[in-house]
Amino acid sequence: MRIQIDHATTYAYDRAARFIIQRLRLTPRSSEAQQVRNWSVETDVDARLRRSEDAFGNIVHTLYTEQPTQGLTVRVTGEVITSDTGGVVPPDQETLSPLVFLRDTPLTRPEKLISVFASEFSAHPPLDRMHRLMAAIHGSVAFEVGVTTPTHTAGEVLALGRGVCQDHAHVFIACARQTGVPARYVSGHLLRRDTEDQEAAHAWAEAWIEGLGWVGFDPANGVCPTDRYVRVATGLDYLGAAPVRGASYGGGGESLAVRLSVRDADVQQRQQQA
Amino acid sequence: MLSRTADALYWTGRYIERADFLARILEATIRLAAIPTRGDGDAETVWASALACASVPKALGRSPTEKSVRDFLAFSPDNASSITACITRARTNARSVRTALTTELWEAINGAWNGLAEQGQPTRRDDFTRFLEWVKAMTLAVEGATSRTMLRNDGYYFLRLGAAIERADNTARLLDVKYHLLLPEGERVGGQLDYFQWTTLLREVSALTAYRWVYRDSVKPWLVADLLVLNRQMPRSLASCQTSIVHYLELLAGDYGRRGPAQRLAADRMRRFDNSRIESIFQAGLHEYILAFLAENGRLAQAIQDQYLA
Amino acid sequence: MAFDEMSGEASAYGTHVRESYRGLARWLAEAPEGLLQARSRQAELFFRRMGITFAVYGDAESSERLIPFDVAPRIIGAAEWAGLEAGLIQRVAAINLFLADIYGPQECLKAGVLPAELVLTNPHYCPEMQGQRPPRGIWVQIAGVDLVRTGEDDFYVLEDNCRTPSGVSYMLENREMMMRLFPDLFADYPVRPVETYADMLLASLRACAPEAAGADPTIVVLTPGPFNSAYYEHSFLADKLGVELVEGRDLFVDDGKVFMRTTEGRQRVDVVYRRIDDDFLDPLTFRPDSALGVPGLMAAYQAGAVTLANAVGTGVADDKAVYTYMPEIIRFFTGEEPILNNVPTWRCREPEALKYTLAHLEELVVKEVGGSGGYGMLVGPAASKSEIETFRRRLIDDPDEFIAQPTLALSTAPTLDRNGELAPRHVDLRPFVLSSPEGVKVAPGGLTRVALKEGSLVVNSSQGGGTKDTWVLDV
Repeated sequence: MRIQIDHATTYAYDRAARFIIQRLRLTPRSSEAQQVRNWSVETDVDARLRRSEDAFGNIVHTLYTEQPTQGLTVRVTGEVITSDTGGVVPPDQETLSPLVFLRDTPLTRPEKLISVFASEFSAHPPLDRMHRLMAAIHGSVAFEVGVTTPTHTAGEVLALGRGVCQDHAHVFIACARQTGVPARYVSGHLLRRDTEDQEAAHAWAEAWIEGLGWVGFDPANGVCPTDRYVRVATGLDYLGAAPVRGASYGGGGESLAVRLSVRDADVQQRQQQA
Repeated sequence: MLSRTADALYWTGRYIERADFLARILEATIRLAAIPTRGDGDAETVWASALACASVPKALGRSPTEKSVRDFLAFSPDNASSITACITRARTNARSVRTALTTELWEAINGAWNGLAEQGQPTRRDDFTRFLEWVKAMTLAVEGATSRTMLRNDGYYFLRLGAAIERADNTARLLDVKYHLLLPEGERVGGQLDYFQWTTLLREVSALTAYRWVYRDSVKPWLVADLLVLNRQMPRSLASCQTSIVHYLELLAGDYGRRGPAQRLAADRMRRFDNSRIESIFQAGLHEYILAFLAENGRLAQAIQDQYLA
Repeated sequence: MAFDEMSGEASAYGTHVRESYRGLARWLAEAPEGLLQARSRQAELFFRRMGITFAVYGDAESSERLIPFDVAPRIIGAAEWAGLEAGLIQRVAAINLFLADIYGPQECLKAGVLPAELVLTNPHYCPEMQGQRPPRGIWVQIAGVDLVRTGEDDFYVLEDNCRTPSGVSYMLENREMMMRLFPDLFADYPVRPVETYADMLLASLRACAPEAAGADPTIVVLTPGPFNSAYYEHSFLADKLGVELVEGRDLFVDDGKVFMRTTEGRQRVDVVYRRIDDDFLDPLTFRPDSALGVPGLMAAYQAGAVTLANAVGTGVADDKAVYTYMPEIIRFFTGEEPILNNVPTWRCREPEALKYTLAHLEELVVKEVGGSGGYGMLVGPAASKSEIETFRRRLIDDPDEFIAQPTLALSTAPTLDRNGELAPRHVDLRPFVLSSPEGVKVAPGGLTRVALKEGSLVVNSSQGGGTKDTWVLDV
């Protein structure tokens, strides 16, 4: 599929910030499953953008503003041509051993509730186990915006029984690791059937299955990723793959607004032709 | 020098100066409150004006009492600028840059802080007055250690700059609260009570004797204002404070080889002092003059902050 | 019976005196009665006035306490030291190679020198550093290796501190104090100077600066601030090095470079001797709630624009579980037999070792893999029945978290006791090892910690331990 993405994050500050630094993980990498075209990262104020790659293989832009700034919008646009791989991530230049993804993080630590929840599935072989786990989380954690924050841990989310895609991914990752399966967090975009305009980017998880490699699981939707999914960044948890992590100096409080549209470019083209 | 170091020194200077000023305000207010009053509300008015001088006019609601004002300005943990809070903050700032201070200066500041516990929070008026005496002695000790032992480099300049900015602010606020006493028109100007108030005002800034030396005249309101605004021999006058500010800013500019907005702003104001006469200030309104001065002092402090301390 | 470093055996000090202590024994014989006690009181007074204190964690008063200083020097002969020094250089060189390999090709994991899982899931392994090479390739610029002695020729390494080892200020202050208290004793003894440590460290840090920094790199010491228990040491070191002591908020990162805020504007920083843990270094990479760090520091670090000493992720080398493989690590990377012994260790993650440990709790020292400062530790022979049972349950619940070691008969050194007599007390030693492209160097001395209570084996300052000056002799 040809997926058109237009993603803008806007930070507004109480006072003009003297200086802003941000680490952006907004740019997808091309791979066998997705081909990235005409990708651009733009800011609405003068800023330096330095591109690098982190240890997880993510493309990272570090942004530095050049003058006092009351607000800052970072807009990324581009097109990604995807193909369906049945949820299996084609092997890429993986820099990290899958073992690394058995590590706990503060957001995915194996709290009691997680161990109990995960233990129900440990008897099943890994791939089957992950599918059952995804279904169980999809059933146990209702999708609801506004009840959790990015600091909620997997165990807290499970206890609450509600959350957003990032929370589902955390529960999945924590449980998978607890049963000895390496798992990682993926941030990206989903081409939805109901709407083009979205409130936030999507997130799901990947588990390492011996013999297959990394396999995607989207517990928020209870399905494995298809060609409607665009992978942007991976990490041990949300913090490692967060679209924006930044700091501002002298700006006081800040507020964030996200504008995102994910469209099927082929449909659009057909409509234009018609 | 690290900006944080300069910032800590600057605020050490400010807080010590503020503690001293508060002690003087409280002392003078006790004295003022002791004279026979004209009506029931006067004691309250006197204590309320002490709060106004300390820039917290509404801190205690409608009817501040001697006890509540004394406690609030001297000891209250709810008041970030009480005497104890000032000394504690000065010490915290000094501690964070201990290696930038001489042992003598550190010991003077740390000694003042240690002494707070020993002093306690006296309630009886004569004990309280002794406490104020102690505070003044402590700030003098800090002043002495600064002047006698600190190397004359940027660290010293920032300490001094903080004290000068704070002092300018304090004198201006004191004048603003009492300016109605100095206005030449009004019903009872020149009465016994006003005379007493003027002299007390002079005492608050240790200037009663200085006044007599400078003017060789009986206490007259416009001369009091002249002394506190324009007279450069008087160390707490606005003009003197401004001279110090310019002096230390110029030393910094010389050391660093660069002048900035703070120097320009300060020099500009100095020129205006040079051309000022007290008569014209009165004509345009003393209150308005002081308000403008305070606003400008704030801008200057901000410029120093931006240029060196942030 | 424990080995005593003055008499060779642990008994009242009598006729037999080992070579290195003979001068001291002679001097003591001639000293007037009560001299040591008087000097001891004097020392305490000096230390208090200088404010050499440390904050005790969990202390209700959170008071600043003085670490007791013992005036009797701990003396190490030239030949003994030569062996130790060679062993330390070998060990720290191997640790640097190990870290370069772990964060690089991982040959040692492929070769099975130690289990990959142990490293890659270790909390101190830092995935963000995978594939990174710190400027000049040095990972552990400053190591503090904890040693104990059990006999004439037997030294054991207890722990390799590869993150932010502390205590070097005591090494320097203790020497200064001893020279002030006993100038005549130094006249008779060929004691190697430790005062050169600051110069050694400065040279070492300069040599580790990024190549682009030029001939005169700007170095800073980064502290968490005045409320940190080791703040005194941080300011002491900055002073001795003649560099700025900065907090995170004094630094910022712009366009991939590190700067400090000064009254004359921004100034480029090339080397950060940081005394802040990895987790707090950069809120944009590690803990987002850290107010101690510098946003974007890792971006500058990964771009090679700044040297951090020590590098990020070095904790994986001083982890207690990895420690047990150190002899194999040394063999693998240097091709030599280790000069210094490891304490034989049972890794409770291995079922056989766990079984042995549970059966011998009364004789063993059991340590939590992540514990430090003597907390979370069971000293079998000194523990009560209930303490042992508590630990047994913890071990069964979570064996991966523990290792067990035999109780070593730590050597003793003469120490002034409460009655003003010299008595044998258990000691350990932390020498400081500096690495740079110019080589590995050991400061001739170290921090000797002494358990002041008779019979006690716990030397930690947080639990009633004291310190001594450590003399390394020239001949």
